[in-house]
Amino acid sequence: MDQITLRVARYRPDDEETEPVLVDYDVPLRPDWAVLDGLNYIKDELDGTLSYRWSCRMGICGSCGMMVDGEPKLTCATFLVDLAPGPVRIEPLANFPVIRDLIVDLTDFMHKLSSVKPWLIRQDEQPVEDGEYLQTPAQLDEFKQFSMCINCMLCYAACPVYGLDGSFVGPAAIALAHRYDLDSRDEGDRQRLTILAQPDGVWDCTFVGECSTACPKGVDPAGAIQQAKLAAAQEAMKSLLLPWRSR
Amino acid sequence: MSLSHDVVIVGAGGAGLRAAIAVAEAEPRLSVALVSKVYPMRSHTVSAEGGAAGAISADDSLEEHAYDTISGGDWLCDQDAVENFVAEAPRELLRLEHWGCPWSREPDGHVAVRAFGGMKKKRTWFAADKTGFHLLHTLFQTSLKYSNITRYDEWYVSRLLVDDGRVCGVVALELMSGLIETITGRSVVIATGGGGRVFPFTTNAAIKTGDGMALAYRAGAPLKDMEFVQYHPTGLPFTGILITEAARAEGGWLLNKDGYRYLQDYDLGKPEPGPVLRSMELGPRDRLSQAFVHEMAKGRTINSPYGPVVHLDLRHLGERTIDAKLPMVRELCRDYERIDPVHELVPVRPVVHYMMGGIHTDRNGVTPLAGLFAAGETACVSINGANRLGSNSLPECLVFGARAGRAAALYAVEAPPPALAVEAQGDDERRRLDEDLLRRSDGPDRISSIRTEMQAILEDAAGIYRDGDSLTKATDKLRELKERAATAAVDDASRRFNTERVAGLELAGMLELAECILHSALRREESRGAHQRTDFPERDDKRFLAHSLAYRESGGSPRVSHLPVTITRWPPGKRVYGR
Repeated sequence: MDQITLRVARYRPDDEETEPVLVDYDVPLRPDWAVLDGLNYIKDELDGTLSYRWSCRMGICGSCGMMVDGEPKLTCATFLVDLAPGPVRIEPLANFPVIRDLIVDLTDFMHKLSSVKPWLIRQDEQPVEDGEYLQTPAQLDEFKQFSMCINCMLCYAACPVYGLDGSFVGPAAIALAHRYDLDSRDEGDRQRLTILAQPDGVWDCTFVGECSTACPKGVDPAGAIQQAKLAAAQEAMKSLLLPWRSR
Repeated sequence: MSLSHDVVIVGAGGAGLRAAIAVAEAEPRLSVALVSKVYPMRSHTVSAEGGAAGAISADDSLEEHAYDTISGGDWLCDQDAVENFVAEAPRELLRLEHWGCPWSREPDGHVAVRAFGGMKKKRTWFAADKTGFHLLHTLFQTSLKYSNITRYDEWYVSRLLVDDGRVCGVVALELMSGLIETITGRSVVIATGGGGRVFPFTTNAAIKTGDGMALAYRAGAPLKDMEFVQYHPTGLPFTGILITEAARAEGGWLLNKDGYRYLQDYDLGKPEPGPVLRSMELGPRDRLSQAFVHEMAKGRTINSPYGPVVHLDLRHLGERTIDAKLPMVRELCRDYERIDPVHELVPVRPVVHYMMGGIHTDRNGVTPLAGLFAAGETACVSINGANRLGSNSLPECLVFGARAGRAAALYAVEAPPPALAVEAQGDDERRRLDEDLLRRSDGPDRISSIRTEMQAILEDAAGIYRDGDSLTKATDKLRELKERAATAAVDDASRRFNTERVAGLELAGMLELAECILHSALRREESRGAHQRTDFPERDDKRFLAHSLAYRESGGSPRVSHLPVTITRWPPGKRVYGR
């Protein structure tokens, strides 16, 4: 059977390794196999110590993002035949601290996510008994694409700004804030804008657009950031011209 | 170190998050620990596609939803629980709407509903075909509002703390550090999902290893109706990725190798060009998966590199409908099969999808163990009986997640704090996990090889059709496998994010579940819903209008007893589809 070499970054701080090393593993090259199937082959058959995250293997849980030949990818949706003859270099997502092997630390992102208040904010909660908030298909389309983010972190691994300055809120969190801002049922725009207009918010983005290229779900975080900048600028202008409004 | 909260929730998918919010809203003074082996948005709820049932249309009624559910479950559902379920489902779905869930809409702005298998009316709410994804993310994002919910992301719970018959916390392994801590609470809710990974070919994510069922079972709670395992009729070969029932609800056809809509041969109705409710492709999942086996026996399936398949034909729906209603189906077919359902037939075969069984609870998620509650797929209330209807599981997570959360909150308010003595159980567990599991580098078997053998045993003996002989042999094989598992090698002796240690713990739990499935299936000498015995082909209401309860004996094997089904308004009848 055909084989392909996976060149996998190993990093085991327990064993007092201070630097990651690349280790080659030969795995079968099967027509249906994703990179993740290759990693599972290593784990099950060759070396049980290899550590990585995965779960749904259908591109929706967002667990299995890694650098594949230097690009951020979902390994369940990236196929070995497309990378043949190899070797295929597999490394942890760029721009994040590495816990071990292919596992990165997401603690910082989880804080950023909640910092943008990604939930529906209303002045008046309507009782559930009164039925749904009406929303036309066109109103739904306004924000729909920004609700498709699976938090896979590929956009953070692709973002040069985040790479240089980890305090930047970053593409996925801003896109999610924007998703709620655009939702016709939400009234929290100004609360979120105040957050996004702070240092480390939208103004840090230099509009490289790598985040939107990396997104496996067709979300356009770069577009969200530009729109949020516009909204922040308008809000700033309004408070300059109409200072009483900002109270 | 010991961590202490009022309510400890294990699992942060649909049911766990809903339970956490219910506690936070019912008793804002209580502190909630939300413990999950993955980040909440990785939970398997994310993979649910088609929708969530809740009767809201003017032409629909709670009675009809209840009847569809009960007949779909072949009269094994507890009808009092079903009545609560259908009454509260619409309200829960509306609540999700108020929290921002992007439900698909009618042109006038009202929530849209679609048809689904086994349902006589259109009552399935949907967010295109990523309903579970949107539901999970909405719940997770909403949960961030509540400051009294403390998350323990990527902590694996390995044991329940039990003091004098009362559950009062958990022992958990923090994956990142490898530290083992006790987290005490006045009440504990288990919401860890199902265990489809016991089988080789499943739609279930890697994390679905039935951990919570094993925790409760070992602590003394019975597992109910474990023999009822749902095969979904349309999984993609090799990956087992689910192609949602919504594909058939929108009008997709199932064809055999002759291009013939074979379901008409199995008492499921006559083929019409468009979808007909409770008929043909919109029959219940158990009957459709069984029909596949018969087609295979007749030599009318198609051979693929990954075994026999039939074809799902969506071509006549057209690109516009597919993109609007089934975008994920197209995406999955394109990415994983390299085919385009707009122009090509989709190969599909039955695939293990859902466990109707689980931890025995009442309508409030209360288990027989004091202080322990459960909800979602890990629990068995039971509203799903012998066969769950598609789109009932998401609202089940919401309705019973909320009920379990409220019940656990109430219990926590009234219960005394946990005894300090339980800390010692944490020390025992630390020894077991560190000293036993991390010092087994030279065992004769690998964890993965035992897992593979277990899966093969289950598929052979407890698949779509079963018989007494195979089940008996399988229980023997499994007992032997359990012994070997206790000495299987663990390559990885490190502490930091040791995924092999977790795999070993998961495997031990899955072996317990597997035994419960086999023993419960062996004892049920009848055919009902998803449990089909070739040696007992008829339903036997005289003997088996009853739930199976599997208790763990001191030797480790299950003891199965039976508990009558609760019947309120719908006496057992014949399941009729297509007429």
